[in-house]
Amino acid sequence: MEDTLLIDAAERYVKGEMTPEERTYFEEIRKNNPELDQSVVEHIFFLNQLEKFGDTRNFKHNLNEVVSKLTDEGFISKAPLKGKARLVYMWNRSKRTIAVAASIAGIVSLVSILVFSTYNKSKEPNTQLLVQKVNETYAKQQQIEHKIDKLDAESKKKTEPVAPEKPKFEDARFRATGFLIDNVNNFIVTNAHVVKEAKHQLIVENSKGEQFLAEAAYVNSANDLAIIKIVDKEFKKLNPIPYTIRKTNAKLGEQIFMLGFPKQEIVYGEGYISAKNGFDMDTIYCQLSVSANEGNSGSPVINKNGELLGIITSRETNTEGVVFAIKSPNIYNAVEEVKKMKNYEAIKITAAPALKGADRVTQIEKVQDYVFMIKGN
Amino acid sequence: MEGLAREDKDAIERIYRDNYNMIQSMVLNNSGSTDDAADIFQETMIVLFEKSKSPDFELNCHLKTYIYSVSRRLWLKKLQQMQRFTRQPEDLEQTVPVEEEIEMHEKRQSDFSMMETAMSKIGEPCKSLLEAYYIQKKQMQQIAADFGYTNADNAKTQKYKCLVRLKKLFFAQYKNGQ
Repeated sequence: MEDTLLIDAAERYVKGEMTPEERTYFEEIRKNNPELDQSVVEHIFFLNQLEKFGDTRNFKHNLNEVVSKLTDEGFISKAPLKGKARLVYMWNRSKRTIAVAASIAGIVSLVSILVFSTYNKSKEPNTQLLVQKVNETYAKQQQIEHKIDKLDAESKKKTEPVAPEKPKFEDARFRATGFLIDNVNNFIVTNAHVVKEAKHQLIVENSKGEQFLAEAAYVNSANDLAIIKIVDKEFKKLNPIPYTIRKTNAKLGEQIFMLGFPKQEIVYGEGYISAKNGFDMDTIYCQLSVSANEGNSGSPVINKNGELLGIITSRETNTEGVVFAIKSPNIYNAVEEVKKMKNYEAIKITAAPALKGADRVTQIEKVQDYVFMIKGN
Repeated sequence: MEGLAREDKDAIERIYRDNYNMIQSMVLNNSGSTDDAADIFQETMIVLFEKSKSPDFELNCHLKTYIYSVSRRLWLKKLQQMQRFTRQPEDLEQTVPVEEEIEMHEKRQSDFSMMETAMSKIGEPCKSLLEAYYIQKKQMQQIAADFGYTNADNAKTQKYKCLVRLKKLFFAQYKNGQ
């Protein structure tokens, strides 16, 4: 059978224009000739594609008509896109991105922020449902726990009217990391972009899962550094900080480890300093080769002698394992700034070299109490 | 919904009027602009349309809930693509799982753009000829008259040649994309 005829036949077959005899005959040929059958299947598939294409195009056309009608009516607001207004508009639209990019001094296609770990975000759609369900159960569980708490509280009220009610924190909207630099006044260092996410409450959570209220003391978007203070009275002061904060820049090739909260529990990671400067030769940052994920923002980068070398901030999006950290001397500059502020004058880096010579497991054990999950909403 | 399947403009308008504000505020509250909202809603409408076309379609939740779920998912995807990891706030609205639809929609979108590219490459009069026959579903005689062919058979031969070219272009992309 010739190709033209075949296509013709296939089209008539699909449209149901064949007589029953023709149909049987056509099906018979297809059965006996796999190659021919293949081209028929292919052609039918193609016709379907063509049909869908037409449908979608028509629909889009109609849609656009409705949209422009509604826009004319003012029901749908479109930002004006002319002259100066357009610039302002573009600015407004991408303010956040630009701010972030500028703060890491790389405007091109590069940097992503590692703050937010979403609880139900998953790249594989097939795991998505499961996660959501877990969330649902979790939410239910929380509700139940909440109710039990309430009942408890009520019964306690009856028996002993004291029981001060602990403030209930609302659900967190993001998760990141921070670490203590002053165990007397409870100051924590993290990224500015983390603190900015907290519109209502800033909460820190220790490795035991206890949550404490904190407030932002210092937020510097230019170098993406922030210092926050735990203001919760429930927070018990910790022993002196086991790591020191290095005053000089990290050296190329130094082995490092980090602790952070890319998930609900603390996660350990290892790597090395791979370049002295950050993206586009930004001198505020150094480059690490380590695996960091969303939620790692604010993680401390520590070397084998217990010297803190940097703060994880961002990673390159199109290259695996290229991570940028703010160099540690910036912390000293920030602390100097905080000292000038009212109410925060007392800030003092209280660090002791207590990790030197210890094996890694011991080091982690000592450090993890000083690394906090930063949450908020 | 039925109106949508029939490509009824009034139906589209009604859905817009009933749901647009909800989606706009969802997008605006989650670091989007009014233009983003318009785009997202348009895409949602296309998903809805595709869905309404499939024979086994059944909406077992409120249309509003469905629209919200689809838009929300699309917007999340877009945010992810922009490499911002802002967490979607706790849902105030109820949502239903729409993963399958979104995946389907993406597939169809890519098919659509492949066909669009292929169509734009075959040139005239091929493009109009094929559109007239396969999309507008005109009769061959009518097409022959419109395009000035002396008879329907000539038009048919021409159509066949065009179709082979289009098919080639389309499948070349299709196989690359797979």
